Amino acid sequence: MLYREAGQFKTTYAEDMAIFPIRQDRIALGILLGIAFIGVPLLATFHVWPFAGDYLLWAILLPFLILALAAIGVNILVGYCGQISLGSGAFMAVGAYSAYKLGTGVHIPLAWLGFAISIPPLPVLASILLGGLMAAVVGILFGVPSLRIKGLYLAVATLAAQFFFDWVFLRVPWFTNYAPSGSVNAPALNFFGLVIGTPIERYLLCLTFVTVFAVLAKNLVRGNLGRQWMAIRDMDIAAELIGIRPLYAKLTAFAVSSFIVGVAGALWAFVYLGSWEPLAFSIDRSLQLLFMVIIGGLGSIMGSFVGAAFILILPIMLNLIPTELGVPLSTETITHLEFIIFGSLICYLLIKEPHGFARLISIGKEKLRLWPFPY
Amino acid sequence: MVRNKLILAAAILSGAALAAPAAAQNEQFIPILSYRTGAYAVNGVPYANGVADYYNLINERDGGINGVKLLVEECETGYATDKGVECYERLKGKGPTGAAFFNPLSTGITFALTEKTTTDKIPIITMGYGRADSKNGAVFAYNFPLLGTYWSAADIAIQHIAKEVGGFDKLKGKKISLVYHDSPYGKEPIPMLQVLAKKHGFEFTPIPVTHPGVEQKSQWLAIRQNRPDYVLVWGWGVMNGTAVKEAAAVAYPRDKMIGVWWSGAEPDVTPAGDQAIGYKALMLQHGAGRFAVHADLEKYVYAKGKGASEPGKVGEVLYNRGMVNAMLGVEAIRKAQEKFGKKPLTGEQVRWGLENLNLSEARLRELGFEGMLKPIRISCSDHEGARDGRVQQWDGKGWKIISDWYTANQSDTEPLVDEVSGKYAADKKIQPRDCSKES
Repeated sequence: MLYREAGQFKTTYAEDMAIFPIRQDRIALGILLGIAFIGVPLLATFHVWPFAGDYLLWAILLPFLILALAAIGVNILVGYCGQISLGSGAFMAVGAYSAYKLGTGVHIPLAWLGFAISIPPLPVLASILLGGLMAAVVGILFGVPSLRIKGLYLAVATLAAQFFFDWVFLRVPWFTNYAPSGSVNAPALNFFGLVIGTPIERYLLCLTFVTVFAVLAKNLVRGNLGRQWMAIRDMDIAAELIGIRPLYAKLTAFAVSSFIVGVAGALWAFVYLGSWEPLAFSIDRSLQLLFMVIIGGLGSIMGSFVGAAFILILPIMLNLIPTELGVPLSTETITHLEFIIFGSLICYLLIKEPHGFARLISIGKEKLRLWPFPY
Repeated sequence: MVRNKLILAAAILSGAALAAPAAAQNEQFIPILSYRTGAYAVNGVPYANGVADYYNLINERDGGINGVKLLVEECETGYATDKGVECYERLKGKGPTGAAFFNPLSTGITFALTEKTTTDKIPIITMGYGRADSKNGAVFAYNFPLLGTYWSAADIAIQHIAKEVGGFDKLKGKKISLVYHDSPYGKEPIPMLQVLAKKHGFEFTPIPVTHPGVEQKSQWLAIRQNRPDYVLVWGWGVMNGTAVKEAAAVAYPRDKMIGVWWSGAEPDVTPAGDQAIGYKALMLQHGAGRFAVHADLEKYVYAKGKGASEPGKVGEVLYNRGMVNAMLGVEAIRKAQEKFGKKPLTGEQVRWGLENLNLSEARLRELGFEGMLKPIRISCSDHEGARDGRVQQWDGKGWKIISDWYTANQSDTEPLVDEVSGKYAADKKIQPRDCSKES
């Protein structure tokens, strides 16, 4: 009933090819963006429930947005191009550490040449984006093996990236500006004289990044490049026969994906943690991102958001519920329960719907369009 | 049927919610960040039990601090930095006045919280861990590495080695390796050991072990080749026991190994069995054992069945450390109540209490900690308070104290503290406080 399309006639190609061809979708998205951009900051400013204190913004929405951005990046590579990657944590780390180096000033002494390369500290916005660019370069490098190997073999090759960068950022003191403990502090978030400090400002910053990148990614996957990626994913030999260059398609997927993941890594480090060590981007992070994409839905931008919410927020909720209800359970029991419930939910979900939440949502939408007589 | 069950479940849950006691206003909220699960649970559990039991004791025996009841909530971090940040955000605003202080119990979480706590004006107590340069209270106004930093620990360890080899002049040419947990925690002592190596002329080799530390074969093969005179162990959790076993496997003498105070508890040596005999570790002042305060615990907490730990494990090294940690926080609140009144206090007020904390020998006796601790006095410029330690040795059944007290040599540590904290202040544009003007 809500999804009645009667009267929505498409008279031009542009209308037919719009991102959201159905009017109801456009309205829903507009409302959602309105809530996210205006509603949430307003509620948070006046500390209206549930925004008493910074908890919801700092500890839930901020990591959700950043990890959703990373999941979009991973989804482009894994979901759209079919190149399984276990190195997403490493690409996040590359983004974070490159942004850190650029944001604090780069100094490379080339003693044997008699001079040194010095770059003064760049503005934070530039260093976050350049951090993403560095991650893209690294992603292309580690994507080269994908031309020869695929599937699980490729996953293991990208795992090498994970271990390599864990090692590099732990071992090479230059990357941490010779911090004695190997833990680094992000520079102040300064955007053209505007200092971003409060949770609301940080939230809006991340939201802007996520919205822009989600729209870009959505358009990318609908266009020429995205179709090449999907052709490679579905059957690479057939794709090659119809004139798609695997080299170009695969490496662009690695580049775009790593760029987005790298930006997410820089945001995770600069905006959320503020001070971090390589453990923040360990193999656990890579797996977490991969699970987000699989649960959310391979090959779906919206699925990245739903997957991030499920993987990140559900454990916290499971952890909070007993305390909020006043059920006296030890933290140990709660944590173990959380693992059990979370694990079983994932199993159940993947048995019921192997294509993830995105597929569930699109089935629901189809049914609504044919309501009251869906088949 | 299913529906009936659901309704029943909902009724039980909502009943439980209603039964939860309404929060009284005369309560001081204290968060406990702990880990009872994950790779470091073996050490995290006894520590968390000690903390929980001591707060319980204060409520059961004294009815709180001067009548202000302690309201405690635990949050599981699993030693993960992002979970620690989540816990911090969840708990910082609870209770009538917000959190009194935080004990992150992880150097990584300490790093991540350092700036946040300064903004939120909540002190973080990092007893025996955390950033060593945060001893400088003029720069780190809200960090309190009480009782000893890793730089003090490194200094004490070298003092003990010097004593064993027969004087500082004999250190020249000796080889000392550091087997460390490859994280901010393990890396923290390295700059101090490098300074000491230069000063005394010993050869220092850092050997990293990756998280969580079960894989140490290649490290100990390197030690077998290099044959260092001493091996310092900076491990946590499963890494410590593994280090002892691997040392036995390459026949490295256990009595030439000295662990930091986080590598010297029962869970670290018991899994290795007889192989651990002779292993030495520093003490953060206290060791294992039962003191006057344990009798009170027995009487007021365990006799009522409210103890968190198995009774047999009360008095273990990490249990005692948790208790000492909780005691210092409680005494800081008590001190702050002298100035701000006998009511729940904010984090900023508790910080004043910490900076003016002065536990004399007599006060420690009253508290039941005599014999466990030396007097401690904290000030604005010195957030460490005391830097004493002893060395203990595992004899297969228990820890035996084998040395006198050592005090970390401030002329060694101080220049490094000034240098590193000065750099931090410059990076963060912090204007150091003038401690002579603090009251």
